[in-house]
Amino acid sequence: MEILGIILLVFIITCAISVSVTKNLLTALVIFMGQSLAMCIIWVLLESPDLAITEAAVGAGITSLLLFVTLKKIHAIDLQKTDAAKKGVTDHGEDQA
Amino acid sequence: MAKTRPDYESSLFARFLRWLQGGSTQLDDEMSHTMDDKASLSHSEADKIAQEHEAKYEARLAAMAEQEKNMYAHVHAWASNQGKGLSNWLYRILAVVICVGIIVLLVSTAAELPPYGSPDNPAHNEVAERYIEKGMQETGAVNIVAGMILDYRAFDTLGESNVLFIAAVTVLILLRMTTRPDGKPTTSQLEAECDDRMYEPKNDLILQHQASFLVPMILLFGIYGLMNGHIGPGGGFGGGAIMGAGLILYLNAFGFKKTERFFTFKTFSIVSVAALSFYAVSKAYSFFTGANHLPSIITPGTPGMLFSAGLIPYLNIAVGMVVCCTMYAFYTLFRKGDM
Repeated sequence: MEILGIILLVFIITCAISVSVTKNLLTALVIFMGQSLAMCIIWVLLESPDLAITEAAVGAGITSLLLFVTLKKIHAIDLQKTDAAKKGVTDHGEDQA
Repeated sequence: MAKTRPDYESSLFARFLRWLQGGSTQLDDEMSHTMDDKASLSHSEADKIAQEHEAKYEARLAAMAEQEKNMYAHVHAWASNQGKGLSNWLYRILAVVICVGIIVLLVSTAAELPPYGSPDNPAHNEVAERYIEKGMQETGAVNIVAGMILDYRAFDTLGESNVLFIAAVTVLILLRMTTRPDGKPTTSQLEAECDDRMYEPKNDLILQHQASFLVPMILLFGIYGLMNGHIGPGGGFGGGAIMGAGLILYLNAFGFKKTERFFTFKTFSIVSVAALSFYAVSKAYSFFTGANHLPSIITPGTPGMLFSAGLIPYLNIAVGMVVCCTMYAFYTLFRKGDM
């Protein structure tokens, strides 16, 4: 059990650092979800299942969902997609030229 | 017909009545008379003075605008030349200093903490002892946490539920799109809908089949969490959040048309307000009877039974309803700007 706890704590610290380092907002969000799930397992190990349920539902579920919707609303997800599409189009155009 | 005194019109009551009905009082009438007199006496003179004033004012405004423009140009030149380098330099130094300072503070605090689980820790005082030893007898809840947050500290939980409700109302004020009076969608609503259709897969068969299997399970688990909060792990916040997540999954799979059959803005307001009022009223009753040692109809009951622990299961349901509605309202308001 102790080893599992240590592994999870290291995972959480890694996640926390990589969230702040990642440039892609979508990737950062998925890492954040992973961190929340690891935190949820740590709550179970600390014998507080009440908190674990709430953490899983709110931290990993609804907060991430709301952040996803926010990213969509501010066109952060679409922007990356269209950038890639634009690049593809210009590359193609250059090939033709 | 009732007799009226001769000086009724100028009496205090009559004036108050007139003021109450939005009419003008005697004082107002006098004041307006005197003002009219003054205005009629020196109409042309006043006009002249006003014109002069206006000309002076405009000249001053123009001078101020010119000055401001110069200042902006100066500041802009400074910011793009020396200021940029300076602020960059300052920013980096400050970032490192603040970061190191916070790390040192936190690590030194963590080093000063008493050892985990030691019996002479300040957290082990008579309050915690009382909760653990007498919690089950006094509240009837097997789950000590539920007994604490919904009985000993029920007032805290009322505040938390109110915070959630206020957050939902704030999001409603900020993000809800107004509909036109004739009921047709506005341009921003149409835009939002267009946005939604472009980037969201509609009528996804896999998602719909998954959802029709998962949503009942999720909702059932949420209800189990609500009803079981005083016996085992669960409780209002967790159960409500799970139910809200289930509703969001249903919405994502089947679209707004299906959810609007049972969850609209009206449902949201009625359910949240009813749950919060029930919480406040029932807890007020138990506070008043408990504080004054009056006999109360609320009894702890047999610990471990479903309908026991006094008010705790009902308060759990009330909190869960508020949380569920708030979560669902957040999601729909973020996505569509309406419920």
